[in-house]
Parts: sequence; C-alpha cells; structure tokens
Amino acid sequence: MSDTGQIVVEGEVQAGPRRMVLNMGPQHPSTHGVLRLMLELDGETVVKCAPDIGFLHTGIEKEFEVKTYQQGVTLTDRVDYLAPLSNNLGYCLAAEKLLGLEIPPQAQWMRVMLTELTRLNSHLVWLGTHALDIGAMSVFLYCFREREDILRIFEMFSGQRMMTSYFRIGGLALEPPRGWYARVRKFMDVFPSRIDEYENLLTNNPIWIGRTQGVGFISLEDMLDLGVTGPMLRAAGLKIDARKSEPYSSYEKFDFEVPTSERNDVFGRYQVRVEEMRQSTRIIRQAMDGMPAGPWKADAPHVVLPDREKMKTQMEALIYHFKIVTEGFRVPEGEVYQVVESPRGELGFYMVSDGTTHPYRVHMRTPSFGNLQATGKMAEGTLIADVIASIGSMDFVLGDTDR
Amino acid sequence: MLPDNLREYAVAVAVEAFDAEAVKGGKYDRNELTLEIAPGKIASVCGFLKFDQAFVRLSTVTAVDRYPAEPRFEVVYHLHSVEHNARVRLKCLVRGEDPVIESVTGVWRGANWYEREVFDLFGIQFIGHPDLRRIMLPDDWEGHPLRKDYPITGSRV
Repeated sequence: MSDTGQIVVEGEVQAGPRRMVLNMGPQHPSTHGVLRLMLELDGETVVKCAPDIGFLHTGIEKEFEVKTYQQGVTLTDRVDYLAPLSNNLGYCLAAEKLLGLEIPPQAQWMRVMLTELTRLNSHLVWLGTHALDIGAMSVFLYCFREREDILRIFEMFSGQRMMTSYFRIGGLALEPPRGWYARVRKFMDVFPSRIDEYENLLTNNPIWIGRTQGVGFISLEDMLDLGVTGPMLRAAGLKIDARKSEPYSSYEKFDFEVPTSERNDVFGRYQVRVEEMRQSTRIIRQAMDGMPAGPWKADAPHVVLPDREKMKTQMEALIYHFKIVTEGFRVPEGEVYQVVESPRGELGFYMVSDGTTHPYRVHMRTPSFGNLQATGKMAEGTLIADVIASIGSMDFVLGDTDR
Repeated sequence: MLPDNLREYAVAVAVEAFDAEAVKGGKYDRNELTLEIAPGKIASVCGFLKFDQAFVRLSTVTAVDRYPAEPRFEVVYHLHSVEHNARVRLKCLVRGEDPVIESVTGVWRGANWYEREVFDLFGIQFIGHPDLRRIMLPDDWEGHPLRKDYPITGSRV
C-alpha cells in the first residue's frame, strides 16, 4: 500500500479503457501458497502479468547467522518443505566442503537414495495439485496415496513426516531402523505400476491434452536469461542436470538418464517430470542393491557426535560431545558455492565462514525464486485460464521463493 | 591486477585481456574461482563473460556484510556456463556509506529480482535497475535485516 492507501501495482500494470487489472492471490488455491499475481487483462487475454512475492519471508538467511552449523540443518527443511532432504543435502555438502570432510560411501549412497525419494515425494505433490488445478480430481487422490507411503518411510527413519532434518554435517543422524529397507523395497515394487496408472489417467486424456499442449511456451533463451532451471529447461530440450554435470554425493556411480523433451510447453514439462520419477525409481533400486558397507558418519571426532557407547568409556569422546553440543565446531575460513539438483532445479548454497562456530553468511539460491521470475514472460499474451496451467507447470514452492 | 597464480585459468586471463583495470584480484580456493572486479566495471565484465565466454546463466546475486570493515559490502555474483560446465564467482567491494553499484539487469533480465533482494535486505543501490523496490519486506519497512548491525531480537517501539 502506498501512503494514499492505493494499491501499488508493479511496473506498467494498470487499468485503461479496455483494460482491467485482476488481483489473483495471495489467497488463491491454484497459486500453491501465497503468491500474488497482478494481471492486466484485455478481455480474457493477459496483457501483463506481474508476480508479487515476499508474503512468506521468514528471514531464514539471517537466522543461519545465529545458529551453529549443525543447527542450521533444521532451518533448511523449512525452506522448500516439499523437498526437505534435498535442502539438507545442499547445506551439509557446503559445510563439508568448507571443512574438507570425506563422507563414507554408505552415508553417501543413503543420501542419494533419500534425496531421490524426496524427488518422488515432491513430484507427486506437483502432479496431484497441477492436475487438480486443471480439473483432474482423481489424479490428486492417487498421487497423495503414494505420497503417504513415502512420508511413512520418512517418518520411520527420522521420526518426522516432513521436516526430516536427517542429514548431519559429516554423515547421517542415525542408522535406518530394522525393516526399513524392506519397506522401501515393497514400495518400489509397486511404484512403477502406479506411475503407469497416473499416465493412464492423463497422457492420452483429451481434456488434459487440450489444456496442456501448446500452453505455457517460453523460449529457451528467455528462460536462461531469466534464471530458470531444472525440469523447465529440460522440457525445452536442454540437457542440464547438476547430478550429471557436477556430480555430488557419488551420483556419478549411478546409472540413470536425464529425460528431456522438445515440446517446451506444459505437456512437455509433465512428460519430463513423470520420466524423472521413473529414473528416480531406478536410482533408488541401484542404491538399495549396491549399498556399500561401512560407517554412517565421517571419521572426524571434532565435528561428528560420538556414539553413545563410546561416551561411557572414553574420556575424549565425552569431551568432544560436550564441545560440539555446547559450542559447536569451528569451520575454517573461506567461501563455497555448492549446487545440488533439487526437484525444482538448481539449489545453490553460498556459505561464507569466518572461522567461528556460526556461519558468517548463508545465501540460498533457490530454484523457485529463479523460476518464478519467468511467470510474467510466460503468461503474457495467453488466456487467463492458461495462466493456471502455466504456473502449475513451473512447480514452485513459495517457502522456497521467499525464504 | 590478476594474481599470478590465476594465470592458468582461461576465464581469469580472458577477463584481464578484456579490461585489465577491471580485475582487482582473485583467488582459487576449494576448486572455485573468484575474481574481484572493480564496482564500476561489473556490468561490462558481465557482458563480456556472457556474450564472449558463454556464461549464459546468472545463478545468483547476493551480498556479504563485512561490518565494521571498510569497504563494508561484498556484492557477489555466481555465473554458470552450461556449454563449458564451469562456474565463476565475481565479487565487488562496495563502501558502507551510501552503497551503490552498477546494475547488471542490462546483461541478464533475471538479475532484476536478485538485485531487488540485495537492495531490500542490505540496502545497496543498483544504478540503472528498472524497478528497484523492496521485494521480500513490506514497502514501509525500516532498515535492512541482513546487515550485521541490524538487531536479531527485540521489537520496535
């Protein structure tokens, strides 16, 4: 609001003789959170679209500065709440890069497996809600059925359904409980057929095709210029994936494809994400079958909490435990930028250390923020009903955007 | 001046050949290349990197507050070349009193929101930005929360 009480609208969005301004959101079911779009309309055609963000800004980047490195992991969950483990991983990898820690293979493989489960979780929410926006109610119910299974799997190892905070700097929090692998395997046995089920409902469905094909086009040049990453770029034919180009956490040891599409529309993005789910299933199977033996945590007593048993018998373990819990651990001076491929695209952690126990600065380059910037360009000249399909196909999370 | 130990990196050498006065320093640490650029030259260096060196993507723009040191702010740019699968970090030092720097929105339109965010949370002005307003916080917010002298707790009276 301006001083005069008028709503300030961005840039050139204003009403005119034939034009009306429509305020969509921040409380709108199809904006998936608190996104506000200012639409300048000529009839049903969008002339200009100006997204307005910041409603969910929680100052997480500031909060990192007053937490110890380990405490920071819990904050990353709350940024992109549909892909908590991807965020955990990016943060831990950045801190580990600063520390120069070597993570044991079993922990690395476990991390890969869990981030891929997270990708499934996130894509299922996307598919369900995206289809719901366009009017395919039943897909939503099917997707959330499988998502429930994944959340139970998460709950089993971390005690939490969404805010898992399971990764630690230097490894994992705990060993997964007994029966966990069997549970994942059981899920993995049925899941591929479930993907076929979603495809049966949508891929050849004339309504779905009508609503998605040829809708939401934006050129590859515009996307690169505006900072779009992830499945959006892959649906425009650009084979870009940090898991392949800048492999982290042993991704180079896994055999999987990076699906692309040349369609560059809402349907193409749908195809890419569905294929990504299949590839994630492949990765999870490989991780389960080839899980190396070994420790869960790095051999770094000044960073990783000691085992409970050791604390009872070894003085050093007790001292380290006391130091880590009360003060945290010191991280050598420096700065790193660590990229992971989150379900939405490039998730980057820029971490600056001044040699103390708290990060000096943590900046999250979140994929939703970059992707959302292209909304205006994508919506211009399209029908207002297609705006819903377009923004659904971007798959953003507002917590991820506003931080 | 480009430090001698960076002469083996083609990007660093290319930037120096493009504009020797623009490069103030740099380092190679933990497999990441950082170049320190003079604040007045950042837009032209970015343009060179984008159009001549294929750094087509601007990953992010952010800042670090080194309070109470002077120059106080570091404005940090992360560039990504899809073609060469390479990243480079550019850094500009900006004074604490009335901080200003050139905008790179003319090079990447995507810099728009990132610079607005830095303006909002650090109070750094971007010259030539088409629409420099707060993005995260309400328009009537006082202060810039990511500055180190901004209080972490307490309430406004």
